[in-house]
Amino acid sequence: MTKIGAAIVLLALLAAVVGPTLVPFDPTDQELALRLEGPSAHHWFGLDELGRDILARVLSGARISLIVGLVVVGVSSSLGMLLGSIAGYFGGVIDELVSRLMDILLAFPGLLLAIAMVAVLGPSLTNVILALSLIGWVGYARLVRGQVLRARELEFVQAARALGASTPRILARHIMPTALPAVTVQATLGMGGAILAEAALSFLGLGVQPPTPSWGTMLSYGRTHMLEAPHLTIFPGLAIAVLVLGFNFLGDGLRDALDPQTPGTRRE
Amino acid sequence: MGRFLARRLLLTIPVLLGVATLVFSLIHLIPGDPAQAMLGEAAPQADVVELRHRLGLDRPLIEQYGVFLKGLVTGDLGTSLRTGQPVTDQIVERMPATFELAAAAMIVAIAFAMPLGIVAAVRRGTVADHAAMTISLAGVSVPNFWLGPMLAIIFAVELGWLPVSGRGTWAHLVLPAISLGAALAAILARMTRATMLEELREQYVQAARARGVSKSRAVLRHAFRNSLIPVVTLLGLQFGAVLTGAVITETIFAWPGIGRLLIQSIGFRDYPLVQGCILLIALTYVGVNLATDMVYGVLDPRIRYE
Repeated sequence: MTKIGAAIVLLALLAAVVGPTLVPFDPTDQELALRLEGPSAHHWFGLDELGRDILARVLSGARISLIVGLVVVGVSSSLGMLLGSIAGYFGGVIDELVSRLMDILLAFPGLLLAIAMVAVLGPSLTNVILALSLIGWVGYARLVRGQVLRARELEFVQAARALGASTPRILARHIMPTALPAVTVQATLGMGGAILAEAALSFLGLGVQPPTPSWGTMLSYGRTHMLEAPHLTIFPGLAIAVLVLGFNFLGDGLRDALDPQTPGTRRE
Repeated sequence: MGRFLARRLLLTIPVLLGVATLVFSLIHLIPGDPAQAMLGEAAPQADVVELRHRLGLDRPLIEQYGVFLKGLVTGDLGTSLRTGQPVTDQIVERMPATFELAAAAMIVAIAFAMPLGIVAAVRRGTVADHAAMTISLAGVSVPNFWLGPMLAIIFAVELGWLPVSGRGTWAHLVLPAISLGAALAAILARMTRATMLEELREQYVQAARARGVSKSRAVLRHAFRNSLIPVVTLLGLQFGAVLTGAVITETIFAWPGIGRLLIQSIGFRDYPLVQGCILLIALTYVGVNLATDMVYGVLDPRIRYE
């Protein structure tokens, strides 16, 4: 499963980087006379409501999805690791503050806070990334805080402290490496989550705005023509499902490989 | 026992206050003048001033916060800008539809997930196990905003068995409930498998088998019953995901619940109603989490002493 996941992710990366150059159509070019035409030898995935090639738009949409995934995971994991390690290592008031902030953010289910934030900030790709990053750090912080709490009592950390190592050095060189495997797993699964979240927000009209091709926006417009042209819905949805499945396979495999003690995840 | 429950209740108060504060601050995150944003750029200045006054945005921030909290306690969440109706009334009117959908989705999830998880655990390492877990991972990956339209194309458009949208009969509930429950079913199946595997290894299951208890009875009456505690907890914790998923599912199937109301009010920039919907969903989530924790504490005494 891990290999299948890695292959899917690699293919998606390739599709995002070179895919649009392989298709002889621009994702914004319109052939209005052929609008809503089904898949054919010329247009493999068919054409959308404005006569644009769906394959070209799906490939361009892969770029948006992967960019959102990478930026959101990058920002939220960095912020989460920083705040989680500080809270776990220093404890006291700092830990209380970070923990209470995490409690409040966790009191909002899933996407709800992102929907609320984008609703007030205005729909755009930047605001989607901002909202998902500001919410996403909590998962990493909680994970890292737990790891740091455990690691700070370990002998090699106490030895480093006794030898006079500075706090940043202890955190960066001795404690953080113990949390990295778990963070890697969470980041891989988080890529799938961020891609799904961006697509959901775009589907609701709160994310990427037309004419930029996003899988969620394509699905949203496809729904209007669901009866006469189901291919508008089928292909972008398949793209989301396959890519997210790829990240989930990869994340699951990494978890088994890096952390065999995780309950409930190890294959028996 | 009483001390555990009281402590858990007390710990919820700062979270509730935090949630309320965050929802209150949403309106102040609007870039520029919130009143202008709600009415649009072309709105006459007199209307903007009037709305600012009506929403209390011309008062000091601390006073606005006090009025908001007082309103929250008394159930007054303001007035909808579009309809002029009290926000609370509109939300209360939509609540039954959302809870009906959420309950149906959870029933669908349990009905699919538990047999799948049990079979995967009992036949671990076999094709059945791999197939069950692959299906469940696929279930987590397929977005409900794709599954919903796909189900509608097949079962409503092509086969004509079920209605495409709306609320009324049980038939209207089938497609939205499956669409919303699929991801939960996937997570629940994996959890059921994991906890069943742990229970099946326990000595009491082997002792039951040694006493001559049939395998199916040992699995269902002994191991499965004990594996239910973490599974039920997960069900409670996942309720939030169901509520958020309902926002999307209700939009797809034109289901007249709070989720659809939220998206419609965002479209109309009806921010008091947006705040009300967000607040209600978050408070419901906090309430369900609290109830789950308490039930868990009652069922498993070890939790109380942590």
